Amino acid sequence: MNPSTDWIFRWFHILAGIMWIGLLYFFNFVNVEAVKQAAAAGEAGPISKYVVPRALLFFRWGAVVTWIFGAALLGGYLAPNGGNGFVAAFTLQGAMAPIGIGAWLGTIMLLNVWGLIWPNQKKLLGFVPATDAEKAKARRIAFLASRTNTMLSIPMIFFMATGPTSMSQIIYH
Amino acid sequence: MKNPLDSLSGTVICGFILTLVLWYIARLIVSHSLGAGA
Repeated sequence: MNPSTDWIFRWFHILAGIMWIGLLYFFNFVNVEAVKQAAAAGEAGPISKYVVPRALLFFRWGAVVTWIFGAALLGGYLAPNGGNGFVAAFTLQGAMAPIGIGAWLGTIMLLNVWGLIWPNQKKLLGFVPATDAEKAKARRIAFLASRTNTMLSIPMIFFMATGPTSMSQIIYH
Repeated sequence: MKNPLDSLSGTVICGFILTLVLWYIARLIVSHSLGAGA
């Protein structure tokens, strides 16, 4: 670990992570139910037009920035065998396994954002043309991918919070 | 069978169960590596 760069990578990793996971929780804990109620009252249009596109912009780029700073942070670690921390984490080597599991979960979540959530949301928001049947399918895929990420965020944050700290001596031994 | 991800409570419960399973796996890997190094 290089103390001169570690703090800045960690700082921006956490800032961007709050942006990403905060918006993920906004979508799942607030927006899904709010849109359902607004649609029943015939008032869902403004949410889809003004709120969701802006939230998705910060959501998907927050995910990228979080991953990049997390990768940079791991790369600065020296693995117990003297190797690179990024490689040791992603190959789940020894004491690097807990943070490595967190890193894998974060990576799967990033791929979900860009590979499933965003392409399907583009259809729902009308950024790409889609039939009603395609929109119904896109809505289900985007919903389940978002819920999967909410589920994965729980262990991901556990491993991020406990893996690289002195707590790991108690939790993993 | 209903998909647990369709409800928020099901999603959160699945997240905690997955945490427990992955914590156990992480603990096995860490303790195995300590045993190998001893």
